[in-house]
Amino acid sequence: MTLHKVAIPILGEEIVPRFDLTTEVIILTTAKVSDIQDKKIIVLPRSSPDELCHTLLVQEINTLICGAIEDEYYEFLKWKKIEVFDGVSGAWTLAFERWQTQTLNPGDILFTRMVEGYLI
Amino acid sequence: MHLCPEIHQLMRSPLDFAHILDEIPLGILVMDTDLRVVHLNRFFQALTGFSLDMARGVPCRNVLRSSACIINCPILATHRKNRSISCTSDIINTDRQKLPVRITTAQIMDTQGHFTGYMETIEDLRSSASNDLEKNVAYSFANIIGRSQKMETIFQTLPMLAQSDASILITGETGTGKDLVAEAIHQTSGRAGGPFIKINCGALPATLLESEIFGHMKGAFTGAVENKPGRFKLAHNGTIFLTEIGDLPLPLQVKLLTFLDDRIIYPLGATKGFNANVRIIAATHRDLEYMVSIGKFRKDLLFRLNVARVHLPPLRERGEDIRLLIDHFLNHYTKKQGKEINGFSEPALSVLLNYTYEGNIRELRNIMEYAVNVAQGTRIEADNLPAYILDHEPIQRVSKMPAAEDVQNTQSEQLPSSTAPQREETEQTWSAVERQMIIDALKTSRGKKNKAAQSLGMSRSTLWRKIKAYQIE
Repeated sequence: MTLHKVAIPILGEEIVPRFDLTTEVIILTTAKVSDIQDKKIIVLPRSSPDELCHTLLVQEINTLICGAIEDEYYEFLKWKKIEVFDGVSGAWTLAFERWQTQTLNPGDILFTRMVEGYLI
Repeated sequence: MHLCPEIHQLMRSPLDFAHILDEIPLGILVMDTDLRVVHLNRFFQALTGFSLDMARGVPCRNVLRSSACIINCPILATHRKNRSISCTSDIINTDRQKLPVRITTAQIMDTQGHFTGYMETIEDLRSSASNDLEKNVAYSFANIIGRSQKMETIFQTLPMLAQSDASILITGETGTGKDLVAEAIHQTSGRAGGPFIKINCGALPATLLESEIFGHMKGAFTGAVENKPGRFKLAHNGTIFLTEIGDLPLPLQVKLLTFLDDRIIYPLGATKGFNANVRIIAATHRDLEYMVSIGKFRKDLLFRLNVARVHLPPLRERGEDIRLLIDHFLNHYTKKQGKEINGFSEPALSVLLNYTYEGNIRELRNIMEYAVNVAQGTRIEADNLPAYILDHEPIQRVSKMPAAEDVQNTQSEQLPSSTAPQREETEQTWSAVERQMIIDALKTSRGKKNKAAQSLGMSRSTLWRKIKAYQIE
């Protein structure tokens, strides 16, 4: 069984809207359709996209699910053979479930849409 | 659900709220008390890439994506302090571009004076944020530096062209500043308050390009799950900049020509078009006359784009501008990096003044950035320059290039046929030279890409993109 490492920069229970302002990353080790084998959270001393990229490489991440990311870092991570689902927003758990079921796409907005307390 | 909010009692008939907001040349975001998006205007969409359909009901920080949202939300500050807040920040749009913006927030009250929500205005600061560390107004049009006769001619005519609202075609080799000129024209025109939307016609596959440029209707093709406005609609009342226009596929050239004739845009799958008040600036490094002769570019489109043509000369033809630019970039990077470098050694200056700069200003800028990075003393020495330029043959200053283009109201001119193969040869030679430079740098640095990037005067990410493009690995 091939294990796969997925990294998701988070802010509380949600995906942090900006990759470059990440201070916390959750790393999930799993096979694609099975349970999470390992889960750890890395706290960064400061937000730095360069340092975060370095962390992702050191941790041997296979997939990144993140919010907005600048093109330079996006292209770099892709060049390093990391699969990037960028522009994703909402609860990180939901994003991870979607990834596991191969229904996640870059740009997915996973929030329940509400205006003035009403679902829309 | 498609909403049509109205404003009542302002005039005799109810007014279309969305239409009024769309005419305001600032990004506008309306949110409820939970900071969920209620409405946004077209300018906001042009800035961020998010349409109302995409953003409605979503927490605003996942749509605006500004650094202020994460670090110190101005909306929450507005609520705490009970007054409007203004701050400068940056956003990352759906094209993965980081843009400087000013955000101003306000609370919204209902007719009884009860707090109902928030409004944010987002001002695009790109025009004022390029931040030249020095301003040399006597020699520059916006951020463009030049004193040579060829540039003086261009500087004299650009303001008139900017004000004229005519379509403009900008030609010139890669790295000559076409993008800069296009943006400068927009910022000096009567459309400066409107959007400036750039499209690289060579960057997307033809199938996506039509939808990207002209938009599409829901159901127009598999995967078209909602209406998409397209860049022309987003550029309404502003300027659209089509770079690499020579790469526009022929079917799209027809569609563009229709717009230039009628000013009507037909999104993919639409039965009805819409009027778009957009000025077109196009740019290319290719020889469009040659492309017309081989049937790759429409002659009628070239005539329509060529109403005003600006040809940016290559750096090797700009004589004294090379020294001006060397000093400008030395000053810029010295200040940026906090160094105290105040000049060049004679050998270093001689190399810089006699180099060919096949990559033009972009190459010169990279060389200067590298040299300032590497220099230890108060002068740039010859061995602070990238190794590849020290081995280069000095430039032959007698140029055989065609005369400068006429910049005012010309029809397309037939360039000498020797020009097309000569330009192709220059491009091929530059690609081959650059590929070899990268290989040599990687060898010298023993495969360490960081070191190789530094020696080439490029950023790491630029080197990695070029390694991929040249299939070096």
